[in-house]
Amino acid sequence: MGRVAKIARRTFLIGSAAIAGGVAFGTYMYRRPVANPLLERVGEGEAAITPYVIITEAGITLITPRADKGQGAYSMQAALIAEELDVELDQVRVDPGPPDAAYYNTALAAEAVPFPATDQGRTATLARGVADAAMKFLGVQITGGSTTVPDGYEKLRVAGAVARETLKLAAARITGVPVADLKTERGAVELPDGTRMTYESLASAAAGIEPVSEVALKPESEWRLLGKDMRRIDIVAKSTGTQTYGIDLAVEGMVHATIVTNPRFGGEMLGYDASEAEAMRGVQQVVPVTGGVGVIADNTWRAFQAAAAIRLDWGPAPYPAGMDDHWAAVAASFSDEYRDSLNRDDGDVEAVLAPGAIEAEYRAPYLSHAPLEPVNAIVRVTDDRVDIWTGTQIPRFLQRNVAGITGHDPDDVHVHVQMMGGSFGHRLEDEYVLRTTELALAVKGTPVKMTYSREQDMAHDFPRQIAMARARGAAGDGKVAALDLSIAMPSVTASQLGRQGLPAAGPDTIIVAAAWDQPYAIPDYRVTGYRTPPLTPISSWRSVGASTNAFFHEGFLDELIHAAGADPLEERIRLTWHEPSRKVLEAVGEMSGWGGDPSPNRGRGVAFSMSFGTACAEVVEVALIDDAIRIEKVWVAAEVGKVLDPVNFDNLVKGGVIWGLGHAMSGETTFADGMVEQVNFDTFEGMRLYQCPEIEVRGLANGTRIRGIGEPPVPPAAPALANAIFAATGKRLREMPFSKFVDFV
Amino acid sequence: MRITVNGTAHEVDVEDEMPLLWVLRDELGITGPKYGCGIAQCGACTVHLDGEAVRSCQVAAGDVGEAEIVTIEGLGTPDALHAVQEAWIANQVAQCGYCQSGQMMSAAALLAANPDPSDADIDDAMSGNLCRCGTYPRIRAAVKTAAATLRGN
Repeated sequence: MGRVAKIARRTFLIGSAAIAGGVAFGTYMYRRPVANPLLERVGEGEAAITPYVIITEAGITLITPRADKGQGAYSMQAALIAEELDVELDQVRVDPGPPDAAYYNTALAAEAVPFPATDQGRTATLARGVADAAMKFLGVQITGGSTTVPDGYEKLRVAGAVARETLKLAAARITGVPVADLKTERGAVELPDGTRMTYESLASAAAGIEPVSEVALKPESEWRLLGKDMRRIDIVAKSTGTQTYGIDLAVEGMVHATIVTNPRFGGEMLGYDASEAEAMRGVQQVVPVTGGVGVIADNTWRAFQAAAAIRLDWGPAPYPAGMDDHWAAVAASFSDEYRDSLNRDDGDVEAVLAPGAIEAEYRAPYLSHAPLEPVNAIVRVTDDRVDIWTGTQIPRFLQRNVAGITGHDPDDVHVHVQMMGGSFGHRLEDEYVLRTTELALAVKGTPVKMTYSREQDMAHDFPRQIAMARARGAAGDGKVAALDLSIAMPSVTASQLGRQGLPAAGPDTIIVAAAWDQPYAIPDYRVTGYRTPPLTPISSWRSVGASTNAFFHEGFLDELIHAAGADPLEERIRLTWHEPSRKVLEAVGEMSGWGGDPSPNRGRGVAFSMSFGTACAEVVEVALIDDAIRIEKVWVAAEVGKVLDPVNFDNLVKGGVIWGLGHAMSGETTFADGMVEQVNFDTFEGMRLYQCPEIEVRGLANGTRIRGIGEPPVPPAAPALANAIFAATGKRLREMPFSKFVDFV
Repeated sequence: MRITVNGTAHEVDVEDEMPLLWVLRDELGITGPKYGCGIAQCGACTVHLDGEAVRSCQVAAGDVGEAEIVTIEGLGTPDALHAVQEAWIANQVAQCGYCQSGQMMSAAALLAANPDPSDADIDDAMSGNLCRCGTYPRIRAAVKTAAATLRGN
């Protein structure tokens, strides 16, 4: 085993060197190879050739460490490995693997540096490399930021290729046939005479040899899987009710439970009286936890009923009780004292924007993630280990945080990642698991399956940030001349990292994301970020800062274009210096037949946004039916460098558009008396099927880098809808949700 | 009490007011029907009660009586798919998939009553089922695929 360990560590170094692309700022820690976590799992005669491939006599397992919240991440990660390994997806097992530093996320680091994605210059690249080294050093294993494909595109293919070439080498040593004469196909090495040696039969030999140190990735022309319509590995299970989510899992001997914590999120529990609840049928125990109580019972519904029967005395909210105060706090942060960043300051807006400038104020509300599966976890604590079964995007943080509660070594906390019924960012939080751990400690040895009620879930959802923008601008000679955008919001990064005990040093680029970094050449152009002091806890909500800022930026830009008397699409194309972005705008123009005479009672709006490095443009067409707005059709084009699975791409883009439109129409999370007012789907609706427009999607591949698609279709949806409503009605919408100002069919 | 689910009779010892959803999930281990809201707003718990699509979170166990309950597991299986499930696979509808059991049960009930639904019929029958991932365009397409299959063309 010692020899295998040495080889596998070397192998990962090859992979990591390849993803770094030969960048030359390696520190010792950065260059030091990461240990292969799979070595603990493999036995005699089995091979863990890279941290992503395990081969035993019983079969081939591909490790897909990025979490699947519904976006098809398991399928895509498996396909990237399988393409190079020369296996088919119907002959492998796919496993999310153990939490481990080896699975650090490189691409996430690129989002944290103050350089726009369009900047591929030396300084920007250096900064991303330094951030990359930090991510590796910290072993940050996170799923988020639309990074699964950008992070894995080379890393996973290299992992597959190293494994394939090592298996060929093993076959060559056994048979004496030169490697150059060997082929691989469908999980086997093929000899010139047609003899097939399965990978499984070569596992033992492969484990005992020095692996290849250099591999060449296949040219695109030889791809079997990537770039073609794929069938998701989970599609049959998800179409037959046989997919097991965390909430469905049964562990031997488990009890059911729920938790109720102070609906004034983060507030204390001053006292409680559970005498009635404790006498209810099926209730086994009522246990105080941080900020509330848990009920352990023999059935989830009985636990819900008992929780509702507990008399609870809650302390006040550690943030303003009502929305007026939240908005006032945001408004008050537009001052030098709270200035966070000034990443764009072209020309001289102060000189240009004399009195008489066009001015507007924009607002975006808090919004719950509200994945349809309420958050849940199974936790079992014993003297020597903790087991956790839950859907999570942050398995490594979870290990550490649970260990902090139970007193175990983090290595003795075993996280078994479960399929998630959505997340949209909520599973970047682990508060529900930590509270469940407190419950499980009270009944050591017994697995506790804790399910939040929908109401508890949405009252503690860590919503999207509240945000405001103040904009000034000028137009003349038929052109946009100047744009000065100031954005204020609490820092999502500080709120999130603070809960993980990590510092969030320096300006938060999320505050100005999808505003300062847009590829527009406006002569006088300034974007300033202001950091509102913390209010309620907030978290990443699908597309994060861009979800509010694209609305501000593209909504106000539309106002300036209107003032200039220019065409909304033509003027955006004229202003865009970045060719791939311009092509995205031209594509939606062509797809939608932009520029034709609008029918009566109809209007079209366009918006563009570059977020997570992906340029995305959308045209929305609305119809006015009896004074109500109906969204008729959407055309969307996105530049991702390469479309790896056209089916999933189409599904994710449409889902992103629907997410963006649905919440812009009617979604908001508000506080009254310190409590969230929308705690179920009667008051927090999202889009329903009858409201869903026809959506036409086109993926472009003019860029040089591969990009993600989970989030980028969201930001342009709200401004494109607002701009369409303006075109149809003359009413300019500057605050979400739009249902406060117009009716929807 | 005795309830019949997917053709099998079960003896369960529960309160009359326990919602059918929780009898299925926590007492019988039938987890295809999902908990999403508990107030008939999301449709994830949809099952058939004597062929009719109902929200099992709103059906009290004591009211089920002799009715035949069919869940997604009884609609069809991976080895013997119902036309609706086949269409859901062919159209690759699911993202997270959590709502899809309920979506398919609503679709199957619609098609049993109306083999050739119009777009408006589909909107009416399917709008009680929430999908947070936004798979609605593929749900619409899959309902039409299934309708065509069931009509034999």
